[in-house]
Amino acid sequence: MNSILKRELYSLFRGPIAYIVIALFLVFSGILFFPTFFIFNLAEMRGFFQLLPILFCFFIPAVTMRSFAEEKRSGTFEALITLPVKVSQIVLAKYLAILLFLVFMLLPTVAYAVMISFLGRLDPGPVLAGYLGAILLGGAYAALGLFASSLTTNQIIAFIITAAAALFLTFLEQMLIFIPPLLVDWVEFLGTQYHFRTIARGVLDTRSILYLISFSALLLLGTIRAVEQRR
Amino acid sequence: MITLNNVTKKYGSFTAIDKLSLEIKEGEITGLLGPNGAGKTTTMRMITGYFPPCEGKVFVDGYEVSKEPEKVKSILGYLPENPPLYGEMITLDYLRYIAGVRAIPGEEAILKTAETCGIREVLHKRIDQLSKGYKQRVGLAQAILHDPKILILDEPTAGLDPNQIAEVRDLIREIGKTKTVILSTHILQEVEAVADRVVIINQGRIVEDDSTGNLQSVRRGRYWIRMIISGEGAEESNGLFKEIPGVVEAKVVPGEEYLTTLQILASAESDVRPLLFRTVRDRNWTLYEMSREKHSLESVFRELTTGGSNEQHS
Repeated sequence: MNSILKRELYSLFRGPIAYIVIALFLVFSGILFFPTFFIFNLAEMRGFFQLLPILFCFFIPAVTMRSFAEEKRSGTFEALITLPVKVSQIVLAKYLAILLFLVFMLLPTVAYAVMISFLGRLDPGPVLAGYLGAILLGGAYAALGLFASSLTTNQIIAFIITAAAALFLTFLEQMLIFIPPLLVDWVEFLGTQYHFRTIARGVLDTRSILYLISFSALLLLGTIRAVEQRR
Repeated sequence: MITLNNVTKKYGSFTAIDKLSLEIKEGEITGLLGPNGAGKTTTMRMITGYFPPCEGKVFVDGYEVSKEPEKVKSILGYLPENPPLYGEMITLDYLRYIAGVRAIPGEEAILKTAETCGIREVLHKRIDQLSKGYKQRVGLAQAILHDPKILILDEPTAGLDPNQIAEVRDLIREIGKTKTVILSTHILQEVEAVADRVVIINQGRIVEDDSTGNLQSVRRGRYWIRMIISGEGAEESNGLFKEIPGVVEAKVVPGEEYLTTLQILASAESDVRPLLFRTVRDRNWTLYEMSREKHSLESVFRELTTGGSNEQHS
């Protein structure tokens, strides 16, 4: 499994894609975050973390779309399956590779926090919680992306499915007015933004953490099933 | 070594493999031959554990593939139709990755395999910059890196130029000296050149299973003789030849001018050539040519896979 993880990282970072995605992510998050930061004039990163759910909807599928779809298209999938490793190990290795990539993508933004701490007193609590939430949310979308990628041989389709589903889950909250009042609490709980916001505020609500982790776990199990069911 | 027991594989309502049974002994090089879509790849994928059969069982070296897939996968090397290569990787790194997954320590195995497959000089090149022939060899290297007992090759020479084909065949023959090999192909010469045994598959069924030598010369206990004679009444000689015991059929076919060319089908129990010669001599005809034809694998294949009773052969 270690070898597969290493190979995944190799393919991600030997090609230009990883760097393009990271660079674009930094450009977009910077452009969108700093104007509001200076308007509010508060030494906090809430504005940055608020952006993440929407940015992740596009940047995470861009990384996950290749994982299975490309292997199936090029024929390496067949060899991967006939290597003496379990499907669960393959899926986990790919998932871990994407999580590591996510960390790499977020790492440069720590510089924002450092810069802000020079400008005013930055409370480290919400920032740390924000990063934890970002990893959990990114992990959930990564699992979604892996699942979509395991269903198709076409990267673009994998991207679109993932982005659409992720956007739906992110904006579920905004659609609550169309929902019968009785169901509002339930539906709100299903949206990812609600949980991310809770965590990013610095409230480490176990329900929200559990929700995001079980969301990932469920989709990873789905991915394992989908890979095993190839025929 | 490999046993397929009444194996059936369906894709939806389409039956790709229909109650196929096959036994492959240790050390054999077996050619799976069949037109495109006959079920060769499906058969191989069931042996490698890529997917399970719908019915029936597959055993490899005593292990049932669906019950102990990891055991089977560790003694098996597989080269799918498209070599399973990651274009963005350097050849050496790719082989290191395979060695890592297969838990082969050190670089020795990699270097030895690279030597065997003739890819030493491209070890430091990116895979997507290699020629098709080199890619195929890297694919082969990937399949034999862990020194498997069994090697499964799906159309290993497809898309190569004639020189590369010859090289890959030599390589397979060399590797096949110590391993059980199954290779699929729709090229007949390949089976004749490489395999000890040929299994012809059509529409998911085995239509012929024999050693390559047997298949070529004798089929269903009959063989052809081609004879060219001249002389008085030679044009109508086929009636005479038909009466010779052992001759099933004799007919005059177009051939050289002023000479009579005959094709004679004989049963395999007896050699009818002495009798044919005596008949010619008794009639005072002149014998220009007489040869027992090898039934070419090509014609056997065509006959078996088109299901025709077309006895005319080229």
